[in-house]
Amino acid sequence: MRVFEGLRFRRGDTVIHRLDPRTKFILSTIIFTLALVFTELPFLMMLFLAQVPLIYMARVQREWKRSIRGGMVLTTIIFATNILVGYVSNGFRLTYGLVLYSTTLAFRFVVLMSSFSIFFLTTSPDDLSLALQQSRIPYEFCFAFTTAIRFVPVLANEAQTIMDAQKSRGLELEKGNFLRRIRNFIPILIPLIVGAIRRSLELAEAMESRAFGAKKERTSLYILKMRRSDWTALSIGALLLAFSLYIRFFVGLPPLPLT
Amino acid sequence: MIEVRDLYYTYPSGVQAVSGVTVTIRDKEFVAIMGENGAGKSTLVKHFNGILKPTKGEVLVDGRPTTKASVAELSRDVGLVFQNPDHQLFSETVEEEIAFGLRNFGFGEKDIEERTAWVLSLLDLMRYRKASPFILSGGERKRVALASVLAWDPKVIVLDEPTIGQDYGQKEKLRQFVLEINEQGRSVVMVTHDVEFVADCSPRVIVMSKGRIVGDGEANEILTDAELLSRASIIPPQITQLLDQLSDLGLPRHVIDLHQAKTLLDRLVGVGVEG
Repeated sequence: MRVFEGLRFRRGDTVIHRLDPRTKFILSTIIFTLALVFTELPFLMMLFLAQVPLIYMARVQREWKRSIRGGMVLTTIIFATNILVGYVSNGFRLTYGLVLYSTTLAFRFVVLMSSFSIFFLTTSPDDLSLALQQSRIPYEFCFAFTTAIRFVPVLANEAQTIMDAQKSRGLELEKGNFLRRIRNFIPILIPLIVGAIRRSLELAEAMESRAFGAKKERTSLYILKMRRSDWTALSIGALLLAFSLYIRFFVGLPPLPLT
Repeated sequence: MIEVRDLYYTYPSGVQAVSGVTVTIRDKEFVAIMGENGAGKSTLVKHFNGILKPTKGEVLVDGRPTTKASVAELSRDVGLVFQNPDHQLFSETVEEEIAFGLRNFGFGEKDIEERTAWVLSLLDLMRYRKASPFILSGGERKRVALASVLAWDPKVIVLDEPTIGQDYGQKEKLRQFVLEINEQGRSVVMVTHDVEFVADCSPRVIVMSKGRIVGDGEANEILTDAELLSRASIIPPQITQLLDQLSDLGLPRHVIDLHQAKTLLDRLVGVGVEG
């Protein structure tokens, strides 16, 4: 459940927090795109390091570290699956290239996770909703989206309680072989899903009784405005993107010695 | 026997929920733990089967530190029934739900069948044997949860808020049932806000406030100590309040029992003397 902790918004008042959510979203998307376009480990490392100053500027290093640590399980799985599949299809040979390739894919995941972590850690759900609305996305979708985010920590909490309850009935989550461990999650998942469905029905009733959707035109108390800092950040991001794409498609990075 | 020695517990969020609690739950004892919201009651009992491990201090179950055993191992002896049954029900039938714990603890199929039948009839759930636990009412689901723990017959049963969502009739049944399993030699610990229910059961009462134990004694002493109760946001039982307001008539304090109060009042108005 640590993974979700790293996505939870913490109130803060830094340069990064004050940026317009749309700016932050575009910057995250730029990092996301770059991480997908490049398959070179050194470049991904640069992309990763480029995020470090942002993390310190937003003072979320502790939460960020926690989310990266929480994502380590998935990272390991990505690494192991690639090694395994490559190893088998390669005729049971472990090559330097295969290890490098698997490391790159795992690292790419870390970069993606990190960029989203920064975005969610520094953007309040309210701002996010406003940004979506002002992008003319129908309010129902905005609401569904922000509600989903809003309920992530609630669900994480609930999952913990359910695990405790089932362990108290003798369920050993950490024992047994791989298949058994997967089966062990059925008693956790069913109450979690049933609870989520029940809650969403209740939420719908509660909202309707508070006249949700009674009026088509909505007004907002706060209006988002792009400021100079937003344009500066966007320009830097756009330059970075253009430069990287230019290198990628017209110049090319020097290849790593693959054997 | 559960021994808690100088227990401190701080949640990862930084909230210190229990601060220096020392208490012993002896075998065959019946204990109610009361206190305001956030007093640390649930946090304390979650240490009894090792779900939470002490930040400082130690908890011993029959002499064995909870840090040295898994939750599943400890739960064989200390059965914890969670407040919300929806956090544990997942099977297709009530019967399967009961069998889940028994299978985890390695009971044989024949044993499972017998124990399931026993516990279902004990809790008045026999007619729902083949029903899905999800279609039952809140109170019934709560009883299924209780049955699913009681089935493996742990030495200590811990109930977190057992009376919530139960009507008066079910509460009365629950009371008799709890007294019965206690009489059969099991320890019962219940966390509750329901002061009338505690007064009816008359167990040993532990009062917690702000992570500490502020009172520990027999129900008739603790529940009539107005000053202590108000510290933990508890209102005395109505019988006690009534007798307190009639204190100028020379009625004794420490009364929480309806029948005892009736006898006293009867004597006061002279009915008991004649009758």
